[in-house]
Amino acid sequence: MTPPTANALADDTGAAAVAEGTRPAIDIQGLRKVYNGTSAVDGIDLAIPSGEFFGLLGPNGAGKTTTLRMLLGLTPIDAGSVRVLGMPIPEQEREIRARLGVVPQFDTLDPDFTVEENLLTYASYFGLSGPALTRRIEELLELANLETRRRARIDTLSGGMKRRLTLARALINGPEVVILDEPTTGLDPQARHHLWRQLRRLRERGVTLVLTTHYMEEAEELCDRVAIIDAGRIIACDSPRALIAEHVEPWVISLSAASARRFIADPATLPARMLEIADSWLIYTADPAAVRAELESAGLAHSTRAANLEDVFLRLTGHDLRE
Amino acid sequence: MTRTRRPLLPRPSLRFVPVWRRNLRVWRKLMMPSLLGNFGEPVLYLLAFGYGFGRLVGELDGMSYMVFIASGIICSSAMFTASFEGMYSAYTRMAEQNTWLAMLGTPLTLDDIVFAEAVWAASKGLVSAVAILVVASALGLVSDARALLALPVVFLAAFTFGSLALVITAVARSYDFFLYYFTLAITPMLLLSGIFFPLQEMPEWVQGLALALPLAHVVEIVRPLMTGSWPTGVGLHLTVIVSYGAVALVLATALIHRRLIR
Repeated sequence: MTPPTANALADDTGAAAVAEGTRPAIDIQGLRKVYNGTSAVDGIDLAIPSGEFFGLLGPNGAGKTTTLRMLLGLTPIDAGSVRVLGMPIPEQEREIRARLGVVPQFDTLDPDFTVEENLLTYASYFGLSGPALTRRIEELLELANLETRRRARIDTLSGGMKRRLTLARALINGPEVVILDEPTTGLDPQARHHLWRQLRRLRERGVTLVLTTHYMEEAEELCDRVAIIDAGRIIACDSPRALIAEHVEPWVISLSAASARRFIADPATLPARMLEIADSWLIYTADPAAVRAELESAGLAHSTRAANLEDVFLRLTGHDLRE
Repeated sequence: MTRTRRPLLPRPSLRFVPVWRRNLRVWRKLMMPSLLGNFGEPVLYLLAFGYGFGRLVGELDGMSYMVFIASGIICSSAMFTASFEGMYSAYTRMAEQNTWLAMLGTPLTLDDIVFAEAVWAASKGLVSAVAILVVASALGLVSDARALLALPVVFLAAFTFGSLALVITAVARSYDFFLYYFTLAITPMLLLSGIFFPLQEMPEWVQGLALALPLAHVVEIVRPLMTGSWPTGVGLHLTVIVSYGAVALVLATALIHRRLIR
């Protein structure tokens, strides 16, 4: 059941999603996509409840974007089924997209128009017009912090402004589900945090959000649940905290490669697992005190941190470079 | 493996109108240079060919060369304008600006978008025809009000040429590709369809070739209307124009679908 706080906070954006309650906003079963004999998506089952902030993680080429494209009806489904808001793709893609917001991976703003004209034109594709739309555009300009740039041409905007405008544009129809494909790629930390704040606000209003990202701390920060996809399959799916608890030791001690070689030359029987990444070593352990004592007695510089989603990601998808 | 087959025929909805209006909104920003071209070019053609060449030619088919050529370039200009719009401009929206991709995040479908582009190309062709009609009237090259009936025919023809251009756009990998179409289709049509000289002057096999293509049929309807008589064989001419347009629209939609929905 939907928590009452979500209802209290709901406004026009996503209000219906909250009201619809128990049925998943997105229901994917046995989804497959084959390109030239290779499976890009190889049997994905996934149910995302209404109001959840869901993250799709995976290395490049794992099938994230293909999955999102199939959600939008932009890629034909080879096998399995996708239902969004209870409606099947592709049969009702028009009805579905009327209640969806999309933030694509690449900039698709209209360079011939100003900021305001972009919103106005995009709204017209939904059949929106009139005083209600004028109000909506004001709200969105404010939300995107672009009130003073309403008559600016798109090519005069910074990367962060373009992303904010793209998100504002995706919200023009008061969507119940918002799909974001790597929305913060290329943004500076300030712009990223601004976007995060807006996404959290949407989450509070009961909007269902589906996000792909390469930034693990972003997924950990924002998502209620994440699925890690590799080679077209979901290899893990849970809350970030549960995934960390399940798949990696709680503490990570890192040290430089030179120090590590001396450490390994004298292999101690420690309650730890070691991993080489680039020029440094990571020691995963449930008992950091014991490892640290050992390192300190050998006089090795090191630093300790809590395990995070990136550790889970690397553990599950390996360390080989992906295309 | 494909479970749901796309229907063969496109099913555009009235949602195509906002897409058309989007293009109109962009055009209005650049309206002055565009209209200058629409009006300036026919004036140049009429002056250069009409005066320069017309004096050597004298009368053709019982009309002054200026009148002959004015009723011809109204057709070729619509063809050029619609073809440019369906190729360079549409390709920019499809491949460079991702305008269509953005539209696919809304209730629009590619059927709506491709249809809107064809109607838009037709609209721009119509604008160029109106400009020529105005110039030709001002120069006293138009016989009577029947000339207004040429406009819907030109609109239909421009829809056909716009749709044909969209087929080329659907398979183009760069702007350079359009030169093939201009060289192999547009230029031959321009020269062999009775725009600059009567089709009857050509060898029979050339006439046959010209009549297998749409532009000659447009000229056959438009020239009489511009010069104060009624065209003959309108049913056949319209059938050729509409057939080309319908097949091109179906093909363009299918090819663009295959290109973008993958």
